[in-house]
Amino acid sequence: MTRSTSLNVNRRDVLTLGTGAVLIAASPLRGHAEQVDLEQARRELFGTRPVTEGRVRLKLPPIAENGYSVPLSVEVDSPMTEQDYVKRIAILSPRNPLPLISQFYFSPGSGRAKVDARIRMSGTQSIQAIAEMSDGSLWSGSRETVVTLAACVVL
Amino acid sequence: MIRLAGLVSITLITACSATTEVSDVPELAAEDIVSASVFLNSETRALQEDTFANPGYLWVDRGEALFSQPPAAGPACITCHEKGLRGVAATYPAYDENIGQVLNLEGRINQCRVTQQSEPAWTFESDELLSITAYVANQSLGEPISVDVNGPARAVYEVGRDYFQTRRGQFNLSCQQCHTENWGKRLRGDTLSQGHGNGFPAYRLEWESLGSLHRRLRDCDTGVRAEPLPYGDPLYVALELYLAERSKGISIETPGIRR
Amino acid sequence: MTSIRLAVPETAIAGEIIEVKALIRHPMESGHRRGSRGEVIERDIITRFECLYLGEQVFAADFHPGIAANPLLTFYVRASRSGDLEFTWTDQHGAIWSEASSLTVS
Repeated sequence: MTRSTSLNVNRRDVLTLGTGAVLIAASPLRGHAEQVDLEQARRELFGTRPVTEGRVRLKLPPIAENGYSVPLSVEVDSPMTEQDYVKRIAILSPRNPLPLISQFYFSPGSGRAKVDARIRMSGTQSIQAIAEMSDGSLWSGSRETVVTLAACVVL
Repeated sequence: MIRLAGLVSITLITACSATTEVSDVPELAAEDIVSASVFLNSETRALQEDTFANPGYLWVDRGEALFSQPPAAGPACITCHEKGLRGVAATYPAYDENIGQVLNLEGRINQCRVTQQSEPAWTFESDELLSITAYVANQSLGEPISVDVNGPARAVYEVGRDYFQTRRGQFNLSCQQCHTENWGKRLRGDTLSQGHGNGFPAYRLEWESLGSLHRRLRDCDTGVRAEPLPYGDPLYVALELYLAERSKGISIETPGIRR
Repeated sequence: MTSIRLAVPETAIAGEIIEVKALIRHPMESGHRRGSRGEVIERDIITRFECLYLGEQVFAADFHPGIAANPLLTFYVRASRSGDLEFTWTDQHGAIWSEASSLTVS
């Protein structure tokens, strides 16, 4: 699987084209660049409103055998009443070709703000979940997963 | 990716450097035989065992529908096999007296389709053949593999064993070197399995789909940089028979989840 | 041709929170992969999932290419009255697959 392209020409592409994968891997800038992409996606979704760490319980395995299908579970502490409920949870990746993986939308009728899904991860990274409450406040949680490679790569 | 391939080749050669070509080829000890699912992590194994969420059941469901649906010309499979086919898949590949050949499960299903239903054979790896094979194999879930390699199947079994033990490809590796002599050892992020086919057709995470054992074998051959054989090739059927005899005692897991 | 699997309870007590599982067969082709000749494999994904209970949306999801093939979702619904649960998946071209199940609430 090759996941080094994205739709728009952005900094990642320029880095990939300009310096090659080896240099990127060695560069201390990489982690910073990834974080910038994630921040940009976050701003597009939630503007510049402050995000507080907490209330979001994100579960991913510490080691994933294959980046194609990694089990993810996210739950937010909330009474899920008409007055106080979770409106949505966004799942963001700092390292996938596209930072936004999915958004889940809840209502008081959900009863519980929890969802399980399976996601793709292009490499070891820290996945972030951001929850928006009915009062407009934003909360986040994150989890680091090491993605291992299979023994035989068939090109 | 090319950089990665180089890394694999180095790792593989290191892993197998202790092996020398000998005429007295070791076999798996009966007490050591374990399914590849033993080497999966707990999340992946749990997915295999979850008969709802295991995505392989999407194909099993379709196979069940095909099994009971009459084709244009002949009767539905279920007309003859109304009690189902529990245990049958565990005895395949098997020698078919009528045509004097060893058939794997896909071959047997196609044989039925041509002779009993007057329908054209399904192509290998078609959605229909994969689905119905998965459905029939799933009916033997938990049944220990028990194939007959005596009598007329013996010669085919020996051809399969030769294929398994012969070095091939640019890496010059045999199946034997990884899966009999080095199973259980780490190869990059993976643990080498013993190479059993008991989960197939299986849902491989790498394929993001269900696939046949022959698809897996083609990937193995490609993995050692050898030319893969066509789907349904008699040599792969022979290899399948050798693998099944080698898996004696472990049970069918179709649809297995594999990496 | 697609297959859908649903795991939804048939009965519930009023106020009970039920677990729902929905699985659909779909390649979720990301658009980031290349074929054996180097050509880009075009994106082909389900973009939206919705669950309606008594005609109202109780849960929904937007999918992007980071969702794995054959997407499986596990989520929850608070049972209030007897009625239908409707599930729809919509792909990027607007094709829709749907399935329903009925819930008896006592």
